Amino acid sequence: MGREEFLFLLAGLKWTVALSVVAFLCGSIAGLIVALARTSGIFIVERLTAGYIAVFQGTPLLMQLFVVYYGLALIGIQMDAWAAVSVGLTLHASAFLGEIWRGSIEAVPRGQTEAAKALSLGYVSRMKDVVLPQAIRISLPATIGFLVQLIKGTSLASIVGFTELTRAGNIISNQIFQPLTVFGVVGALYFLMCCPLTIYGAHLERKFLTASR
Amino acid sequence: MNQTMNSATTTEPMISLSGVEKWYGAFKALDNINMSVAKGEKIVLCGPSGSGKSTLIRCINHLEAYQKGDIHVGGIMLGHGSKTIDAVRREVGMVFQQFNLFPHLTVLQNCMLAPMRSLGIDKAQAEDRARTLLERVKISEQAEKYPAQLSGGQQQRVAIARALCMRPKAMLFDEPTSALDPEMVKEVLDTMIALAEEGMTMICVTHEMGFARQVADRVIFMASGAIVEEAPPAEFFSNPKHERTRKFLGEILGRH
Repeated sequence: MGREEFLFLLAGLKWTVALSVVAFLCGSIAGLIVALARTSGIFIVERLTAGYIAVFQGTPLLMQLFVVYYGLALIGIQMDAWAAVSVGLTLHASAFLGEIWRGSIEAVPRGQTEAAKALSLGYVSRMKDVVLPQAIRISLPATIGFLVQLIKGTSLASIVGFTELTRAGNIISNQIFQPLTVFGVVGALYFLMCCPLTIYGAHLERKFLTASR
Repeated sequence: MNQTMNSATTTEPMISLSGVEKWYGAFKALDNINMSVAKGEKIVLCGPSGSGKSTLIRCINHLEAYQKGDIHVGGIMLGHGSKTIDAVRREVGMVFQQFNLFPHLTVLQNCMLAPMRSLGIDKAQAEDRARTLLERVKISEQAEKYPAQLSGGQQQRVAIARALCMRPKAMLFDEPTSALDPEMVKEVLDTMIALAEEGMTMICVTHEMGFARQVADRVIFMASGAIVEEAPPAEFFSNPKHERTRKFLGEILGRH
């Protein structure tokens, strides 16, 4: 594998990172809304978001990408592969992050909300100033764990024709007939992205464990 | 104490409950509660666990919903909509058994948050107010620390200061010393006594009978969700009328 092939892989890597960042950021915003809806105390809103989460947790990510890519085209919304996989991964991330953060919001002791209410803080301030800062802290290890899953999940975008790292590897492998070398390098690049995050997540988990003692 | 007794007889009630009832499903937690607390009056609520005393004071600032009856606080009738609930909560401070300080904020920030967010006063003013009140509960040197760095007694004093930063007309105490190690009970009670001497209207759920004797204008005894007996402390302790009160006092004073 020559220098040119490696640079092509790095170009793919760039799109993997871009896709991960977009899906994580947009998924976080949507996921926050899902988590707040899921804990709103309004029965119908809670049931609807529970259903939304169940659909995305109960189906493979690949099927979700297919549905967004082909399904939206079918009802007349034309999107290029980049937009389609971004939307698909964002929806996927919103459901999973929403569920992680619901759990974290509920893990903040009840007394915190009660104290905030007794001080006549309204819902927005109660969430923004009191509950969410604590919930985000609690959720960090699980959130980072999901980010790692999401980065690896972007590889499925290759199947709908988006040239990120995995598809770049496929293309090079078909050109130079060295699949083991090429996918070895591709795997190493994923590992270099994910492993530090995993270590960081474990570090945070240990830190919070000792802090809560 | 005289001055508070006078105000107790001359002004309209600061807090009044009439016919308040609350159920948890089929279980009646509060049964036809009628009580009236005058401005500056100090009430100690006591009773066996599960008697509804905590539930009662949590109804006053609507941390608990109730199904029947009316509650008035500082001239505001507590409805079930958020508008009057927020209005009442601005007038009434509450101190909890478990302190419930916000662990991610410093002591100072704990005290500044609500005045800024719900009274809308500016940061400098909120800080000023917070430092003054932290001084008053004798904890000003800990202002920049986080709650976890303080002892239980210190945390509870911060919680009292935090509530006072809202300039409440009345204070509710829900077993403020029950979660404290014995050596820290006194510092919290002293803070409450000082507050009482300044004329604050207070309702305290507590088993500290020494505090009741020293500070209370009236002691109210509850059992099974109902008010069984109420009397000034001297009379309440020396001459309880009901069998259940006698039994309770026997248990609680015998234990001490």
